[in-house]
Amino acid sequence: MTPDLMEEGTRRMQAVAVKAAQDTESGGRKAGYSRIATPGEVDTTHGRILYLEDVHVSFDGFKAINGLNLDIAPGELRCIIGPNGAGKTTMMDIITGKTRPDSGTVFFGSTIDLLRHNEPQIAQLGIGRKFQKPTVFEQLTVFENLELALKTHKGVKHSMFFRLDSAQSDRLAEVLHTIHLAGSVHRMAGELSHGQKQWLEIGMLLMQDPKLLLLDEPVAGMTDDETARTAELFLRLKGQHSLMVVEHDMSFITTISEKVTVLCDGSVLAEGTLAQVQADERVIEVYLGR
Amino acid sequence: MTTSSLKTNVLLPASSLPGRRPLLSKAGWSAFLLALIAVCALAPVLNLWVPEGSTLHLSDYAVRLLGKIMCYAICALAMDLIWGYTGILSLGHGLFFALGGYVMGMYLMRQIGTDGSYQSSLPDFMVFLDWKEFPWHWALSDSFVATVILVLAVPGVLAFVFGWFAFRSRIKGVYFSIITQAMTYAAMLLFFRNETGFGGNNGFTDFKRILGMPLATQEMRMALFVITGCTLLGFFLLARWLVGSKFGRVLQAIRDAETRVMFSGYSPLQYKLTIWVISAMMCGVAGALYVPQVGIINPGEMSAASSIEIAIWAAVGGRGTLVGPIAGAFVVNGAKSWLTVVAPEFWLYFLGGLFIVVTLFLPDGIAGLVRKLRRRKLADSSKEEGRA
Repeated sequence: MTPDLMEEGTRRMQAVAVKAAQDTESGGRKAGYSRIATPGEVDTTHGRILYLEDVHVSFDGFKAINGLNLDIAPGELRCIIGPNGAGKTTMMDIITGKTRPDSGTVFFGSTIDLLRHNEPQIAQLGIGRKFQKPTVFEQLTVFENLELALKTHKGVKHSMFFRLDSAQSDRLAEVLHTIHLAGSVHRMAGELSHGQKQWLEIGMLLMQDPKLLLLDEPVAGMTDDETARTAELFLRLKGQHSLMVVEHDMSFITTISEKVTVLCDGSVLAEGTLAQVQADERVIEVYLGR
Repeated sequence: MTTSSLKTNVLLPASSLPGRRPLLSKAGWSAFLLALIAVCALAPVLNLWVPEGSTLHLSDYAVRLLGKIMCYAICALAMDLIWGYTGILSLGHGLFFALGGYVMGMYLMRQIGTDGSYQSSLPDFMVFLDWKEFPWHWALSDSFVATVILVLAVPGVLAFVFGWFAFRSRIKGVYFSIITQAMTYAAMLLFFRNETGFGGNNGFTDFKRILGMPLATQEMRMALFVITGCTLLGFFLLARWLVGSKFGRVLQAIRDAETRVMFSGYSPLQYKLTIWVISAMMCGVAGALYVPQVGIINPGEMSAASSIEIAIWAAVGGRGTLVGPIAGAFVVNGAKSWLTVVAPEFWLYFLGGLFIVVTLFLPDGIAGLVRKLRRRKLADSSKEEGRA
């Protein structure tokens, strides 16, 4: 065999490998040498659980997201602030598969291309989302709400024959306790107060056991006491989970934040500790105007 | 990994959490058993063995009427699963009902054999059209087993294909209702054509036999009545089991907050499609039971009005209660058969008025009214106890 032929053979094999890789979930991004990329498993060995690069979205010409770059480390609690219309909710829509960006890359870990998945798949991969307006199943009881959110197979057949096992019951009881709704197990979710609904939705996220939680204004409508307890809960979740919190309540952010990202006009304006961004000239400008 | 992070002293023991609810409560089972006895024993005895002059005698007219209404009740139940529980208003259930009826009708036409007015093995309408042999889609109609399978398969497959495209495109609310209505209308126009091979606007009638036995006897009528009743009760249990499972709660969740369902990791498409197909098949079975009892099927069953009527039965009875829509079918159709005899010109006014009254004053239908009255009674009695 001549060296020419061998080289030719290698080239062909590589070409086939590239083609095969493009059909995989990661879209051909390699996990790195000497490690095996497991489909559906989040690879955080590169120190990033969420990675957005140069994302653009426009609605009828309005650029909601304009060259957004953002990344979140595993176990990080990141606060996102920004004036109205900065693109905070749209960003969450993109991450959770609700909105398709016009261009850009969005990766969960190093290997999962989120743009190739739909909403239920992304939820099953381990991204939980709380909406700005508390969204719970109002005609179901608190218990049933949590049971539905439980991390398990979510297929039709499985749901028809589903029964809680004891480990799952324990987990449910634990979450009920965490969200202070143990006394309202049998109440309809629609009868809860606004703050309680927020807590129930957070509880539903916990039942999903996500790796990354996206929380859109989690303390809106809560009493001071409830807000303090929420802060405490988030700080407890930090480390095991990664959290991305969008909030307007500055005192709440002061309590929980380590790193703050300021969004404005669909891209990152400033990033750093709360003190740093508050001192930033441009941030002061967008918030206070000139 | 979170389990450890949230380990606090758990106050609530897991055993105090509600388990799976029983299929029916104790009183529910008793009522179910009573209904079963009434259908399988009481009605046959009263109709076949109690002499005609007796006040206890159940007339043949009543048997036919009740049998027909039980078919309608199956439709109302199917409608409740898709509308009451999943929040998808279908105005195409008349089509699934008619398709089941047509499949059964084809079998019954084959059973006529050479007893038709032209003494041909072909149905009269085919002889009239000067056809020499059966068209391809009549191939399986000679076999009863194939008919039973097709009664489920034809509405099921149509519902699957239609639902798959509609739900995948995330068509919701009134838009979905409109396209189901359009589908039904298109099917009606198709079935009206003689070339389609379903007897055109006359449809199928003049049935003589089923399984080789004559149809027009009192015993056969009673047998069909009992089969229909048992089917209705069986479907009721099936529906009860479905809505009592986690599957049923996902359906209700889809009705209340579909995006939350998606972000909880469920694919609403699968769930909607499953219940949509089940619902369509139930309607198909209802149609197949209906045709031998009333002795005719024609494209009129696919008219807009008959699909809307199914929705009215469900609304009057009370959506999302299972028992309600069955009761609704009985009340509305009972009133219909009485009023169309007493004052035929007022029936449509009555139906319209009923719909307005239910929408305005009884959003939860008859079932909701009963629940409200029962609650008030409970409150009154507890008040009196307080006074005493």
